[in-house]
Amino acid sequence: MEATALEARQKQIWCKDDNPMVMDCDKDSLAGAVSQRACVFCGSRVVLYPIADALHLVHGPIGCAVYTWDIRGALSSGPELHRLSFSTDMQERDVIFGGEKKLYRALVELIDRHAPAAAFVYSTCIVGIIGDDLEAVCRQVSAEKGIPVLPVQSEGFKGNKRAGYQAACLAMRRLVGTGDTAGISPYSINILGDFNLAGELWLIRDYFARMGVEVVANITGDGRVADIQRAHGAALNVVQCSGATMDLATMMKEDFGIPVIKVSYFGIEDMAAALYAVADFFKQEPAIMARTKELVREELATLLPELEQYRRDLQGKKAAIYVGGAFKAFSLVKAFRTIGMEVVMVGSQTGTAEDYQELADITDPGTIIVDDSNPLELASFLRDKKVDLFVGGVKERPIAYKLGVAFCDHNHERKEILAGFAGMLNFAREVHASVMSPIWRLLPRRAA
Amino acid sequence: MSKKTPDFVSTTNACKLCRPLGAVLAFRGVAGAVPYLHGSQGCATYMRRYIISHFNEPIDIASSSLGEKNAIYGGGANLKMGLKNVTAKYRPELIGIATTCLTETIGDDLHQLLGEYRREFLAGDQSDPLLVRVSTPSYAGSHMEGFHGAVRALVEQLVDADAAEAGLATDKEQAGPVINLLPGLVSPADLRLLKEIMAEFQLSATILPDISETLDGPALDDYPLIPQGGTEICAIRRMGRAEASIEFGRTLPEPLSAAGWLASKHGVECHRLGLPLGLRETDRFLALLADLTNTGPLAAGARLRDSQLRDSRSSLPPFQAAARGRLLDAMVDGHKYLAGKQAVVYGEEDLVVGLVSLLAECGVRTVLCASGGKSGKLAAAVKEVAADLLPELPEVEEDCDFFDIAARARQLKPDLLIGHSKGYSLARELGIPLIRVGFPIHDRLGGQRILHLGYQGAQQLFDTIVNTVIARKQDDSPVGYSYM
Ligand code: SF4
Ligand code: SF4
Repeated sequence: MEATALEARQKQIWCKDDNPMVMDCDKDSLAGAVSQRACVFCGSRVVLYPIADALHLVHGPIGCAVYTWDIRGALSSGPELHRLSFSTDMQERDVIFGGEKKLYRALVELIDRHAPAAAFVYSTCIVGIIGDDLEAVCRQVSAEKGIPVLPVQSEGFKGNKRAGYQAACLAMRRLVGTGDTAGISPYSINILGDFNLAGELWLIRDYFARMGVEVVANITGDGRVADIQRAHGAALNVVQCSGATMDLATMMKEDFGIPVIKVSYFGIEDMAAALYAVADFFKQEPAIMARTKELVREELATLLPELEQYRRDLQGKKAAIYVGGAFKAFSLVKAFRTIGMEVVMVGSQTGTAEDYQELADITDPGTIIVDDSNPLELASFLRDKKVDLFVGGVKERPIAYKLGVAFCDHNHERKEILAGFAGMLNFAREVHASVMSPIWRLLPRRAA
Repeated sequence: MSKKTPDFVSTTNACKLCRPLGAVLAFRGVAGAVPYLHGSQGCATYMRRYIISHFNEPIDIASSSLGEKNAIYGGGANLKMGLKNVTAKYRPELIGIATTCLTETIGDDLHQLLGEYRREFLAGDQSDPLLVRVSTPSYAGSHMEGFHGAVRALVEQLVDADAAEAGLATDKEQAGPVINLLPGLVSPADLRLLKEIMAEFQLSATILPDISETLDGPALDDYPLIPQGGTEICAIRRMGRAEASIEFGRTLPEPLSAAGWLASKHGVECHRLGLPLGLRETDRFLALLADLTNTGPLAAGARLRDSQLRDSRSSLPPFQAAARGRLLDAMVDGHKYLAGKQAVVYGEEDLVVGLVSLLAECGVRTVLCASGGKSGKLAAAVKEVAADLLPELPEVEEDCDFFDIAARARQLKPDLLIGHSKGYSLARELGIPLIRVGFPIHDRLGGQRILHLGYQGAQQLFDTIVNTVIARKQDDSPVGYSYM
């Protein structure tokens, strides 16, 4: 491990033992370390992308837009404007003379063409440098076109993905509170932090419908501008994932006094806990809790026997986790326990000190915990810890495969529902499909 | 030539990638090299993702990871720290450094910064990695300019300045005559074929860059710091002493031509050809190779023995002659199925030119050629390769995006779409098949193993195209014939 980690990175790697945890995090990525992190813009784009009836215009040179064209499996039940990649494709003259005119014309043109419910305008690195006044252009177009046009201050260099989450939340904050809240049930929530990958949100919404709880706005999976505008009419914000939309929930608490609970929909325990927490919040209506208990019972009755067959095969296998936000890692650690697997390494791109402390609390001794890692470190962990399965995203996949390690995609590109009770079964199935493949036995790592 | 929608200023679903991505791919094709982006972290990570999704191979791209302070005060300090860290961890022989929009805009002077870095941190001996830099602002060029720019930078900055005189004779005797081959952005499978072809002609070649192994490697038991393969640096150094350079690319801009530079600075004869895609473009390439082998300055050393020549008219080595014969035979077998079919072709300009050429040969009419590039040369190149076979030249659109392509394609109603995987949504909308070629292929496995070049590549593409058409006809038929 020492050999592959640069000295300046040693403090961001910790191996659980009897000593109290000392770990650095929330730092800028080390130059030259090939971080797996993206940028502020990426964070904003992830959060806002699923709003399907909005125009998402990336103001900058072409790359930033082209690399985010239809790359996430955030599904929509209606319009699919979010799947197009719009850019101002800035050219040299725009960089020299400023890009405001081009931005204005592009916005007007695209709004006329697509009639979106709102427009988000993302700032990229060079826009921050040349100093285009996004705010002013957006204000002007908004006045002319009569729709909200919202600048997203997501210059890539102004921090990491988490700063991008915040920029996205600030943009959405301007929408919240502008819609009519008439007719919203007192037993109502907003779902924050689910992006409807593979249709997960629909599954979660179905659970809440069965409980008798109204969902006002999905923020932002299968999202609609009008829903977000009336989101302040909900009685409760249910937030998944530590980073992405927590800021918005906090803002809504300040602005409208809406209470917040944090949940996760991954794994049996967390999924059930999420539903119970919502039911508990509405305890003045005991029928909700009764229905929730019934729901969980029903779901588990079919799920547990099916899980058992996978668990038999997977018992004792070793897993490594490297994900964007640490919150997902908590659930994954528990989900692996459910299927009998042992987590030997867990890390995230952007976890906080509290996140890592919590990881240290829930993992077994000997587990490696790492912040903002890179391919060489990850490869050495996989090898040293004799990992059977690695969970991560596209950038982690070739590291696992090159070394002959099974892999499960738990990122925004996945096409299988992994949330909810049904998702737990899919998760077990996917892990099983990869871990139990005969191919590993033929590879150099095992043959040696 | 003009954009169909000249009044539009916005871009929807671009048909090009950003400039440093091309540079990264080129640097990945040099042995012992690590690509490095001088910019903020996001660009490098996005490009890694994009490249991984095509090749399914690891690709480590280091970055200066500039933060807010650096963006204001300049990125020099981060650049130096980044280079130090990359050197410590990867022990590269070469670091290929490309700028990004950000560092170009803040005006970091790579030449000067690298000079400082060398003075401050390098020992000045063998243990130092070579530092090659290329300027790649995306607001002034697409990934192809980035790719060619990086190749040219490698040559300009590595080819021995004094080699033209010193050691010329001795070196030549030791290494034998060498041809420089600058293939452009082609697949690992293409590169492997090019190597075979050169070997058949008994020509030693320096192919730059060479991603045939670095981006299509074997399963391993250890994660490689830097993947095996790539063009050897010592071979690049000697490129100024080669007999001739062959550079593919009818639309390649002169200022980015590495062969052009080698010709003007080192007097290496420059042969510019189209990508050898399809029958006649391949003929031109192999005729040149035969020429270089038999009548060129290499004749004495490497003349093909008479027995290796098929007949007096053909100067092809036997395998190539056989492959050519099979290709022609197959094109006869399949010509009727393709008769009257119309295609829309899009992607990198040189690839488009080659594809139009192949399609014209097998009787498919290209109705639209589209590219996000803007060399200004696409229409002329298309005319050159296909005019004599086509009743009517295709429409040619440079500098266009998929909004433009879709708008035209809806009117033209083609039978086939040919290009990279980003055309899938259009193919789906039009209800026509997409033949996947080039980069990126993000919705299928094995994009790096698609063979485009040579008679063999033409054969595979032809089979794919004709069978796609036949399958469509079969599936649509109420009878469901089980024979052709
Ligand atoms: S800033 Fe430039 S280099 Fe970076 S992703 Fe965008 S277009 Fe590419
Ligand atoms: S230029 Fe900036 S915003 Fe765009 S991808 Fe690079 S780091 Fe992100």
